[in-house]
Amino acid sequence: MKVAICEYGAGNVRSVEVALRRLGMTLTGDVTSADLAVLPGVGSARSALAGLRESGHDAALRARIEAGQPVLGICLGLQIALEWSDEDGGVEGLGLLPGRTERLETGRIPRIGWAEVDGRGTFYFAHSYAASTPCATAWSEGVVAEVRSGSFVGCQFHPEKSGPEGARYLAAVLEEATSRSLA
Amino acid sequence: MVKGVRFKELRDVGDPVELAAAYSDAGADELVFLDITATLEGRATLVELVGRIAERLAIPFTVGGGVRSVADAEELLDAGADKVAVNSAALERPALLAELAGRMGSQAVVVAIDAQAGRVRTRAGTAETQRTAVDWAREAVECGAGEVLLTSMDADGTRAGYDLELTGAVAAAVPVPVIASGGAGGAQHVAEALEVAQAALLASILHEDPARLASLRDELRAMGIEVRDVA
Repeated sequence: MKVAICEYGAGNVRSVEVALRRLGMTLTGDVTSADLAVLPGVGSARSALAGLRESGHDAALRARIEAGQPVLGICLGLQIALEWSDEDGGVEGLGLLPGRTERLETGRIPRIGWAEVDGRGTFYFAHSYAASTPCATAWSEGVVAEVRSGSFVGCQFHPEKSGPEGARYLAAVLEEATSRSLA
Repeated sequence: MVKGVRFKELRDVGDPVELAAAYSDAGADELVFLDITATLEGRATLVELVGRIAERLAIPFTVGGGVRSVADAEELLDAGADKVAVNSAALERPALLAELAGRMGSQAVVVAIDAQAGRVRTRAGTAETQRTAVDWAREAVECGAGEVLLTSMDADGTRAGYDLELTGAVAAAVPVPVIASGGAGGAQHVAEALEVAQAALLASILHEDPARLASLRDELRAMGIEVRDVA
């Protein structure tokens, strides 16, 4: 199975690569033809979106969603997939699904560390912003932890950094992507 | 890999890649790798080594030592670090923290503070500064640091417990997570540290016996502290 990681400059995509390779995936640079496209998440919203525009990945991702091809957004990758982000003074998102990204208001911010995702296990989070969307499918301490809309799955936590539990989560997303691409 | 007592008497404790993999397998929640003499020896951190460690991990990975610019930090992120810790260079030029946060987001920027008797020391603890740890932590966070790694040089390597007073004072002064470091001797110390800080760093007691981490986690769980399942 071929997976494309949409790079956009700043950020650690290495750990996503390592995690996917451990699961037996082949990495490709071709966002359009991959079985799954991963929008990784480190950096700030504005620079990530600018990077995606520059590479043309933004259009490729929109086309994937329209065609029902799987896309996984991780952390910032989930946040910038929404219609709007309050980060960096406000910036328009990719609009792959409805909703917006807002700054966290309670607790220590950035919210960094392992936290329970209701009923799913414990995963690693590192974020100052979170999604506000009708597409939420899981929460962690009141924060949106997972979203789903059409062929888009997004997680606020970092499965690639969440040990064996994270690996199982990624494997399930890959499994789902396989059945979609066969369908 | 080396470990000392109060930043001195450094002794070799083994191969960093092997140790990192052992810690990850034994249930470490995060790995912090510091090239402690990078600044003193004018060296950028060992990027290639960071890459080899990252290959073996499935947990968050913080790297520090000799980071002086956004370019240094990006090189580490590209090699597989999730967060970059800065110490001496940020003391010399606090604006570095803002530059790093602007590029990587503050969740990826850790300010590492080495303190002795409440005052900040720099250059791997070899030089004193006029700042208190509390004031510097506050300023560093205002500049963009998203986490504070606070090492008490008085407690470092002693295994007599974390410096709870200092850690509590710093945690009360900043709105970001604080990692307590220096002095862990057992589960009770970790439990005490987690009362005042958001995370506790372990070094000396694990370097000799990485498997100790698993029993430590069990002891903490028995004390009623939430510990994630690692199976």
